[in-house]
Amino acid sequence: MAAIKAYRRYAPGTQPPYLHPPYVSSAKRAPSRPPIYLPHTLSEITGPVLGAEFCDLKASDLTRQHSGEPLGERIIVSGRVMDEDGCPLRDTLIEIWQANSAGRYLHNNDQHNAPLDPNFTGCGHTLTDSEGRYRFVTIRPGQYPWTNSHNAWRAAHIHLSVFGPAFATRLVTQMFFPGDPLIPFDPIFNCTADEAARNRLISKLDWDTTIPLEALGYRFDIVLSGRESTPIETPSHSHKAQT
Amino acid sequence: MTLQATTWQTVGPFFSIGLCRLYRDNLAGPGVAGERVEINGRILDGDGKPVPDGVIEIWQANSQGKYAHPEDVQDKPLEKEFTGFGRIATDIDGYFRFSTIKPGRVPGPVGPNGKANLQAPHLVISILTRGLLRRLVTRMYFPDDPSNAEDFVLSLVEESRRSTLIAKKVEGRAGSLEWDVVLQGANETVFFEL
Repeated sequence: MAAIKAYRRYAPGTQPPYLHPPYVSSAKRAPSRPPIYLPHTLSEITGPVLGAEFCDLKASDLTRQHSGEPLGERIIVSGRVMDEDGCPLRDTLIEIWQANSAGRYLHNNDQHNAPLDPNFTGCGHTLTDSEGRYRFVTIRPGQYPWTNSHNAWRAAHIHLSVFGPAFATRLVTQMFFPGDPLIPFDPIFNCTADEAARNRLISKLDWDTTIPLEALGYRFDIVLSGRESTPIETPSHSHKAQT
Repeated sequence: MTLQATTWQTVGPFFSIGLCRLYRDNLAGPGVAGERVEINGRILDGDGKPVPDGVIEIWQANSQGKYAHPEDVQDKPLEKEFTGFGRIATDIDGYFRFSTIKPGRVPGPVGPNGKANLQAPHLVISILTRGLLRRLVTRMYFPDDPSNAEDFVLSLVEESRRSTLIAKKVEGRAGSLEWDVVLQGANETVFFEL
């Protein structure tokens, strides 16, 4: 077996901690011990291959899943999925979910007193193309209140789940909208220490993908962990975890 | 390196809207070779309370120890019907259940003799829930497997915590295993940094 070419570790501060007290739900769910450093093996540099047979081509348009059109501002969300060297990641599955334009999820546990939209489910998926590009048509999700603290409101966001080429590259994140006044008050958005990393979760208004008289375009590029340039040296069996 | 990996955010409480389409609680259909196992467990929080809004993702090799992935270049057979991917949500009481086959041994790091030491059979696991700002990564190993004693990853874990990574047999029910995930506290499951 050839030596393993590992994926890069995240740069310090660019990922959320597990415990972030302003996000109240993290208090009882964040592990109390630091995770054990795991050298990547074949198990981590491989990962599920979920190609076209797992994909419905129509699922990238969230405005055409019902007999009528959903209410709200129609938008185009698009971008590229690439690694840290800028190389496109093709044929990778992206799943998205979101609230409707009134800020209500089609979910039994969402008790927000805002209307459901019979023409909007709020889920979609697609595969990136040969250049790593993806594109969704949807409606702009509404902001909504939540019970994290007194008078807490979430900035408008779309959830995205991306697989990439390996178990090590898995990503679930949220995309925000430029100029949303709730962003500075959103404890989930603000959980990451590195300001630049945080701000990359805010999409950009994009004239190139905006369709005149039809829909505004928002661009959101997604970067997954890149590859180390040299294979892992033989780790000694006695190498103990960096706890 | 010119770019930085995108920051994680929590899956939140409503992930089933987007993720339920690929729920797979039976990873191995009838034609797939291998020893059948059913795994039952629970996700518990720091108060020992069930986590009713969690999702577990599984990645595993087939019974020959081969991953259905282009970078697994071992000369071993693949099975068309076996992707090695599973995804299961917890129920209202925090329980999850899935069926699969016990994977074969896959290569680990290359040892001093220049040969890859085989890893013990294991499932690679991601845990996603509301309250977790990014995923937790863990592994599930199989009880009474002699190769656990020489597994490279288990050897990284202090002995007193290793048992959190090894499923337990359910007496009187062949092929039935139990494996809980404790997010926080005295019996906290071992999680890994990738």
